[in-house]
Amino acid sequence: MTERKIRIMVAKPGLDGHDRGARVLARCFRDAGFEVIYTGCHQTPAQIAASAMQEDVDVVGLSCLSGAHRYLFPQVVQLLREKGADDITVIGGGIIPEQDFQKLYDAGIKAIFTPGSTLDSIVDWVKKNIKPVE
Amino acid sequence: MEMEKKIKAGDVRAASRLIRNIEDNVPEAKATIKHIFHYTGNAQVVGITGSPGAGKSTIVDGLIEASRKRDKTVGVLAVDPTSPFTGGATLGDRIRMQRHAEDPGVFIRSLATRGSLGGLSKAVGDAIHVMDAMGKDIILVETVGTGQQEVEIINHAHTVLVVLVPGMGDEIQALKAGIMEIADIFVVNKADREGAGKLQRELMIMLDMSPIPPEGWRPPILTIGNSFKPEEFERDIEKLSNNIYQHYDHLVSSNLIGDRLRRRTMHELNEALRSSILEPVLNILVSTGELDRMVEKLLKKETDPCSLSEEVARKYLQGCI
Repeated sequence: MTERKIRIMVAKPGLDGHDRGARVLARCFRDAGFEVIYTGCHQTPAQIAASAMQEDVDVVGLSCLSGAHRYLFPQVVQLLREKGADDITVIGGGIIPEQDFQKLYDAGIKAIFTPGSTLDSIVDWVKKNIKPVE
Repeated sequence: MEMEKKIKAGDVRAASRLIRNIEDNVPEAKATIKHIFHYTGNAQVVGITGSPGAGKSTIVDGLIEASRKRDKTVGVLAVDPTSPFTGGATLGDRIRMQRHAEDPGVFIRSLATRGSLGGLSKAVGDAIHVMDAMGKDIILVETVGTGQQEVEIINHAHTVLVVLVPGMGDEIQALKAGIMEIADIFVVNKADREGAGKLQRELMIMLDMSPIPPEGWRPPILTIGNSFKPEEFERDIEKLSNNIYQHYDHLVSSNLIGDRLRRRTMHELNEALRSSILEPVLNILVSTGELDRMVEKLLKKETDPCSLSEEVARKYLQGCI
């Protein structure tokens, strides 16, 4: 058996076309040796959940800069749960006010990265917390 | 077997995990493949190849739509390259296909090449079997953006589409061996651009020089216009889709499908032999450090690669050499 690779999906839910950050992250996950599936912009939570299952990813990274994170992020977690795929970790990033962090954690988002987070810190979080399937 | 049942029932998550286990060489995955092999052979496999940015993913998206209109279920295997430096990969083909993400009749799975050179992933053959056993009617296999030589798709597909775009070189390219020989259907994409007519003519001249047997198939040359003009694009894709089905019918009616299947089977057997004969030997050489010692000897010019491999063959393949 060869070494398991981390499969990660980078997705942008909702009506937000600011994908520079998502693209930079996709690239930096690639450089970290992960297999990165990028879905592009304007995705519904249902599209993201379905794609995550089709791709058998270990983690979904959501990016949202429009302010709709409190609505969109929990929906992705909820849909994955409903489909029995709650082993897929969901993390998020973007323009997210600190007072929203707890609500997102409570909804099942495992980590939140905001402007100023270094790329290394994000990659390190994934490496430390995500174990690719046994 | 639990896994086998799930695959036959069309369970997407189980199928995607099995494909991953194949990619990662998990021994149990091989056992499952052995079982599901008997439930395969029903799907039509279509390969889509061409240079990076030629429009393969957009065409695949259109073909998904066209197949769904015909009430066919669709599997997509989209291959993108693995970095030779980090082992990572950006798999971005499905961006163009996301309108189908929620359709239960469509299963899209991205694969990284992981070092394979033929334009596909080593796991692609078995991944096709998985989708076939799930009951997908048509399986679209998108290769990496290819150059001239990545032709491995012919070992897997019933029908190969070569997607070309204007402005990639003069008529000499059409004289060359390799990718220009493998098309069952030529697609001139972005045909609203300058040079599309010239490209079409060059392809026609090339085909005029190719001997086609009496009951043979002359690859049609189809044009596809601007994908931002949805009506025209859809019409062009519909025509392409018709040609794909016609090609399959032709393979069946002319009995050529047997040749394709034989080629695919031969390839599969080759791969299987390689993995059960060569890989175990390589594993021993690596784990005992013998491989490193051999490299040292070569660097010191104490011997040569041919003699060394003959020595290995004598040791491990007794009775053959």
